[in-house]
Amino acid sequence: MGKKAEHNIKAYGKNFTSMTPGPFALKLRTCKIWQFIRFVIINIKMLIVVRKSH
Amino acid sequence: MARLIVLGGGVSGHTAATFAAEWLGSAHEVVVVTPNSKWNWIPSNIWVGVGEMSKEEVTFDLAPVYAKAGINYKQAKAVSINPEGSESSVKPFVTIEYTLAGREGESENIEYDYLINATGPKLNFGATPGLGDANGLGEFTVSVCTADHAVHANEEFQKCIQKMKKGERQKFLIGTGHGLCTCQGAAFEYIFNVEHELNKAGVRDMADLKWISNESFLGDFGVGGLHMKSMGFAVSSKIFAESLFTERNVDWIIGAHVNKVEKGKAHYELLDGTMGEEEFDFSMLIPPFAGVGLKAFAKDGSDITGTVFAPNGFMKVDANYAAGAYENWKASDWPKTYQNPTYSNMFACGIAFAPPHPISKPMSSPNGTPINPTPPRTGMPSGIIGKAVAHSICDRILKGEDAPLHEASMAHMGAACVASAGKGIFDGTAAAMTIYPVVPDFEKYPGTGRDTDYTFGEIGLAGHWIKHILHHLFLYKAKLKMGWTMIPE
Ligand SMILES: Cc1cc2nc3c(=O)[nH]c(=O)nc-3n(C[C@H](O)[C@H](O)[C@H](O)COP(=O)(O)OP(=O)(O)OC[C@H]3O[C@@H](n4cnc5c(N)ncnc54)[C@H](O)[C@@H]3O)c2cc1C
Repeated sequence: MGKKAEHNIKAYGKNFTSMTPGPFALKLRTCKIWQFIRFVIINIKMLIVVRKSH
Repeated sequence: MARLIVLGGGVSGHTAATFAAEWLGSAHEVVVVTPNSKWNWIPSNIWVGVGEMSKEEVTFDLAPVYAKAGINYKQAKAVSINPEGSESSVKPFVTIEYTLAGREGESENIEYDYLINATGPKLNFGATPGLGDANGLGEFTVSVCTADHAVHANEEFQKCIQKMKKGERQKFLIGTGHGLCTCQGAAFEYIFNVEHELNKAGVRDMADLKWISNESFLGDFGVGGLHMKSMGFAVSSKIFAESLFTERNVDWIIGAHVNKVEKGKAHYELLDGTMGEEEFDFSMLIPPFAGVGLKAFAKDGSDITGTVFAPNGFMKVDANYAAGAYENWKASDWPKTYQNPTYSNMFACGIAFAPPHPISKPMSSPNGTPINPTPPRTGMPSGIIGKAVAHSICDRILKGEDAPLHEASMAHMGAACVASAGKGIFDGTAAAMTIYPVVPDFEKYPGTGRDTDYTFGEIGLAGHWIKHILHHLFLYKAKLKMGWTMIPE
């Protein structure tokens, strides 16, 4: 299951050189605690970009 | 009393008009001319297009909001501008044609002291045979560019889901419908929402999804791609995009100019000059954009449309339109004040201003067909530019005609983009990205053209929550509810 993304790669097809997320990377994307931390960080980063743009 | 007319009540024009009304107060008049009775938060049309939101959730009536703001609202479309007035009128004026129920087709001239053109794009479906015609979207594909289009897209999408539930395999083709399209980000977001919904409906294994676009590489997005800071590397958006497409098992065709669409089939030409065709059961192809076709006339009635507007119909502003080949392009080619070079009381903002040139490198097939994205002007830049232009005009009205103009160059401005996949609070993810600056400055940031401290992207629930917040925040702001001026564009 965790390696499902790898199974989509077709040898010498156009996606052969793609990187694919492993189980840990996929887990982090939906881990509520980690994502809450990222939420705070992304918001701060976005606010900095917004401030620099005005 | 001075009168400012804003043409177009979309993202950029609404921002400009509402701030101008706030800053000018009742001593001066702000008029908005826009053909629509409702305001639409266009980014959420994506969710309407997969049945996760209704049209009502992404639109609201403009009339009560403009009444509250003291804005004189004309539900009409602008037809022409007389920036020098006419034989019978000393002042410049705009000719409008009402779309308001009961007054359809009625025409009126309105004089102005200052004019903002924020008419956005004409959705030029007619540029690709079969994609549509002069009347708009054709019958073979769907669109999510307007709320009504998105409602129709969802109806067709649900039919496909029903067919798959009955065991019939379906092919989905999503992307851009012409070699010179922009707005790849919207199509990108739509294909991953479709993929998410197919999973949710339990029919993903019955669907073949394919992306088709005019980008020369996946992840170009009309901004020549971007390098994002990730895991200690400056990683190209190509790597990110290819990874996402592979992970979600979405195939792709890039460098494609869709030159004809018929029932269930799209014909295309590739950058290498080869021709191909792709069959589909469901297809959402973004049309190319053009100016809305406003005309301009001199005092003696002669046609000066070519002086005021670029050949693509967008209004000329303070950009360098003579930059020439890609090798000569500079960040400083991009406009700063958005003032028309011929008529100083006329400005353009949002998609309505004529960019100096694309951002992505121009390319063409050996047959001479140009195939490259045209420059996007997304929500954040459109809002910031609208506000800056309103600021300049208000200063000139309140402080005098020599007041300096405010600047908002896309080469000094960033953009935040969130492309969702799904809508539930915990079952969706989104790619959250910032890009700074939108237009790369290779002199200031050698190599990538961008500041990689402020250009980043990642996929996860967090971006998804931000997308939800943005939806509610921008609708709240556009309705001018308490504290709206504090919410950034
Ligand atoms: C499906 C989709 C998804 C998107 N998602 C995102 C996103 O997630 N993030 C983001 O930043 N951007 C997104 N965008 C881009 C964003 O919607 C645009 O950048 C923004 O709407 C541009 O603002 P604008 O005011 O220039 O044009 P618009 O918002 O299109 O407004 C133009 C207005 O002018 C009016 N008009 C047209 N002709 C006339 C006339 N003759 N006279 C008077 N008025 C006229 C129109 O009716 C309209 O109200 C998306 C776009 C699409 C199509």
